[in-house]
Amino acid sequence: MKCDSLTRAFTLLIRRDLILAMRHRAEMANPLLFFILVTSLFPLGIGANPNLLQAVGPGIIWVAALLAALLSLDSVFRSDFEDGTLEQYLLSSHPVSVLVLAKVLAHWLITGLPLLLVSPLLGVLLDLPAAGIKVLFVTLLLGTPVLSLIGSVCVALTVGLRKGGMILSLLVLPLYVPLLIFASSAVDTAAAGLPVTAHLSLIAALLVLALSLSPFATAAALRVSLS
Amino acid sequence: MFNNFFHKMASPKYFYRIAGSLIPWLAGACLLFTLAGLYYGLYLAPPDYQQGESYRIMFIHVPAAWMSMFVYVVMAGAGAIGLVWRIKLAEIMVISSAPIGASFTFLALVSGSLWGKPMWGAWWVWDARLTAELILLFLYLGIIALHGAIEDRRTAARAVAILTLVGVINIPIIHFSVEWWNTLHQGPTVTRFDKPAIHISMLIPLLLMAVAFKLYYAFVVLMRARCELLERESNAGWVRELVESK
Amino acid sequence: MNLNEFLHMGGYAFYVWTSYGIALLILLVNIIAPARQRRKLLTDIARKARRARREI
Repeated sequence: MKCDSLTRAFTLLIRRDLILAMRHRAEMANPLLFFILVTSLFPLGIGANPNLLQAVGPGIIWVAALLAALLSLDSVFRSDFEDGTLEQYLLSSHPVSVLVLAKVLAHWLITGLPLLLVSPLLGVLLDLPAAGIKVLFVTLLLGTPVLSLIGSVCVALTVGLRKGGMILSLLVLPLYVPLLIFASSAVDTAAAGLPVTAHLSLIAALLVLALSLSPFATAAALRVSLS
Repeated sequence: MFNNFFHKMASPKYFYRIAGSLIPWLAGACLLFTLAGLYYGLYLAPPDYQQGESYRIMFIHVPAAWMSMFVYVVMAGAGAIGLVWRIKLAEIMVISSAPIGASFTFLALVSGSLWGKPMWGAWWVWDARLTAELILLFLYLGIIALHGAIEDRRTAARAVAILTLVGVINIPIIHFSVEWWNTLHQGPTVTRFDKPAIHISMLIPLLLMAVAFKLYYAFVVLMRARCELLERESNAGWVRELVESK
Repeated sequence: MNLNEFLHMGGYAFYVWTSYGIALLILLVNIIAPARQRRKLLTDIARKARRARREI
């Protein structure tokens, strides 16, 4: 019975967030546009030499993805914090970590998934070979949830702050380093025609680790921030 | 009796007093070890057969790099204790350690860069250890910034404790990833020295300096913790007594 | 080894002495800052206590 109501709360929370997001479609599109814009600025900055673009493309796409994720993170708990819903979560009888997981999953569906879907297009823009684009897609599929999960911990720590944005980037970006390294080198390796199972397993391991630990850290951080 | 001791130590008043009496001793021991280490390292130890005299930067660089990790681990331990058992002093230890750890990390980076220039021919090389150290500095700066941004001191200390724990899980992953990245993108300018076992005449000053840095951390963290305690408890009875007795 | 030779550090004087100098600077600042802060805190608290007593 209790487990049942928990699943219900979980799905309801995701549905609520998705509906809210659909009502503010413009906001939802911002990180995505940012992602595309940043990536297309790079060839203008460094020149359109195909060899050069191929060499730096994976890194550019992944750095742009990190920045877009950073930009979108503020919205995970912001509106819930402002209207007091967040305190209701903490008071509810369900474990906060599960509710947090629902929030993060919804956030990923709203911001991570669109990013994932346009990434092949950007791969083409940057002249990546087909193998590279395929692996880019897989790394983003495994990696963007990690971005949301790690980001949620840091956002929970800064949610009560008026000027949390700058600090958030200082907290989050160092933690994103391993993912950036594994993912962009996976795409590099794939573009060179070498096997990438090791890279992908490492990213999957990061995902499992983040999935199992970060909801608890986020829940603890929310408790501290709202105390 | 043992239990009693910990109870006393956990009370701010006793901690303040005991820390105050420990600081001069620790500082004195630190000074002794530093002087011995400098004498050994700068004067007695022979020049290195590959790097000449420049290797003497090692006696600053390596202990600083060790301490940058050590302080972070201490912070994570204290943070866990503070979160689980709600011990005020543990929280204070976390936040008092952060600026010192950041200083050690910065020192390791600067001395590494100064060592790198004559050895590698460049001020900065994306060497695995230097890069990992740079990211560690960012982690420290994030902790300090978060603590500065939260007004309430208790909340700030607990938020920082959580952040430190998140960081300590990530540090091994960051290290591994950076090592791995470094083997993939080995820069052409990096010349690797073969690593002979360190000679005893160089090991002794290195260890002396390492102990000196540890002692330094111990007394400076106590100094900072005393300040933090005074600030937090400025309305408590024992602080008033302390001020009035002067 | 005379003093000049010692200071010369086999041609690496700049690197060696700069790093030792920076180390000294950083370590000293870290000692002086909390020492000064503590003195300031104590005088602040004393002043506040005096003011409170005068008001009573």
